[in-house]
Amino acid sequence: MLGPSGSGKTTLLRIIAGLEFATEGSVFFGAEDATHLSVQQRRVGFVFQHYALFKHLTVADNIAYGLKVRPRRERPPAAAIKRRVEELIDLVQLNDLGRRYPAQLSGGQRQRVALARALAVEPRVLLLDEPFGALDAKVRKDLRRWLREIHDRTGHTTIFVTHDQDEALELADRVAILSNGRLEQVGTPDEVYENPASPFVLSFLGDTARLPVEVRDDKVFLAGEALDVAVPPGTGPGKHDIYLRPNELTLTEAGTGVPGIIASVRRTVNGRRAEVRVAFSDKLIELDVPPGADLNVSDRIGLKVQQARLFPSG
Amino acid sequence: MSEHVPSTAQASQAERAAAQETLRHSVTTEAPWVRGVTLAIALAFLGLFLILPLVTVFLEAFKRGVGVYLSAFAEPDAQHAIKLTLLVAAIAVPLNLVFGVAASWAIAKFRFPGKSFLVTLIDLPFSVSPVVSGLVFVLLFGAQGYFGSFLKEHNIQIIFALPGIVIATVFVTFPFVARELIPLMQEQGNTDEEAALSLGASGFTAFLTVTLPNIRWALLYGVLLCNARAMGEFGAVAVVSGHIRGVTNTMPLHIEILYNEYNITAAFAVASLLAFLALLTLAAKSFLEWRFGHALAGRGGHGGH
Repeated sequence: MLGPSGSGKTTLLRIIAGLEFATEGSVFFGAEDATHLSVQQRRVGFVFQHYALFKHLTVADNIAYGLKVRPRRERPPAAAIKRRVEELIDLVQLNDLGRRYPAQLSGGQRQRVALARALAVEPRVLLLDEPFGALDAKVRKDLRRWLREIHDRTGHTTIFVTHDQDEALELADRVAILSNGRLEQVGTPDEVYENPASPFVLSFLGDTARLPVEVRDDKVFLAGEALDVAVPPGTGPGKHDIYLRPNELTLTEAGTGVPGIIASVRRTVNGRRAEVRVAFSDKLIELDVPPGADLNVSDRIGLKVQQARLFPSG
Repeated sequence: MSEHVPSTAQASQAERAAAQETLRHSVTTEAPWVRGVTLAIALAFLGLFLILPLVTVFLEAFKRGVGVYLSAFAEPDAQHAIKLTLLVAAIAVPLNLVFGVAASWAIAKFRFPGKSFLVTLIDLPFSVSPVVSGLVFVLLFGAQGYFGSFLKEHNIQIIFALPGIVIATVFVTFPFVARELIPLMQEQGNTDEEAALSLGASGFTAFLTVTLPNIRWALLYGVLLCNARAMGEFGAVAVVSGHIRGVTNTMPLHIEILYNEYNITAAFAVASLLAFLALLTLAAKSFLEWRFGHALAGRGGHGGH
């Protein structure tokens, strides 16, 4: 589940977990209606953003917690619990840290303990609430890959909440995009990226510039001038907004495509990058400069739009 | 005086060095004489109002020798006062422990109307004079009080008896535990409990295995403070006890009586015991603070590798 902060991702996740109750609607786990089940009955694995590890328990005891609190007749024998904990410590690669306390672990290690603790109860669904939100970029990236591996190995249905577009697109099989408590679109990462269902989805997934245009006679007009842009089939006439994505634009000569002015050209490790001020907007878009191109600040250029993304304005 | 007359350039350089020197210390530091004066004021105040009286208590108690000191405790009235004080504390402290945990739990974990009013109410015994607190219970349970005739019919004695002393002590000391726990529990939030519940623990199991360990140090700290006050309370207990020697006199009341009878050494002897109990509590509190502070520090430092 992906969305900006305040869009309702965490609330929805907590409703699924049974930590909060919905005013309307139902929660289904497969075919079973779980709406009226308590959080204990739902048997979910919940991983919190700030880990919520039990500070007074060791790593091993934290992981064993869900098994130890079971009623006596459902509780596995002590030896089985111990074995399971060892398996999980192994799975999350925290060998030799079982006797440590959470305060003695780094953020990334703590989150792995939290995941192991949630997996210990064999949850029907694994719920992760921005689990990497409090970690720095490199650890996030490592854990992302690692989580994907664990998921593939254990096969638990997993719902992952994040506000990070990269994280969502890279991790998910299906992405649900939320905004203001509404589901904007559900689909595979490719679907939502290639065919965004709404202007919100489009502008949320990556950097875009928006220009007000008018569609007439199958042509796109920007401030009265016809643009060299193909109108996608099915677009009606009238006022629209055209959304430009940096990676769907190529630099061409002035007079073709969408006009723009070079605002700056900077060196990067991968080449040169130009900031282009798109005509009739104050939006700056970053583009990679093709090798050998001679570009200077204030040069007028054209932006060839490979794929026009038009949405009715308003 | 010196053949080396510094040029203006050198002088300004020296000034800059001096300025840097003071900056290097700390921007908030003051001139030495300011530090000296404030420190002297603080120490003189502490000495005059804290250490001197405490030393006097012990000096006066042992003034006429250890034999006289010990004989003050041999007296049956004194022994009864000590027993009564310990008994009252032993009843009042557990009651306030339960109340304090329940109140802070309710305040920290739930949202309900009148919550801030309840928080204010908990502070009431701190702000009301102990004498008033005592009088309230005399008005309620005394012979002429609201429940007076009912209690008399059923032959229940509250005022001028143990129940009255316990009630007054409970009233005066109930903020201590709650006051310690509320801020801590509010800061900790519900997440740990939610984690426990999501792992299948019942509410009560979560309380025992997660909530209690999280608050244990603050709880002990509150209990110690509560205990210190329960043993030392004078005002409210004086009003409801009736000063019956050997029956309803607690240690503080016993000390006052001895003192009023010019039995100074005995008064100070019992006082020294009370002071010793207070010091013991303080020592235990400092030890806990040190432990608790460590536990708090261990909680921080998330992130990093």
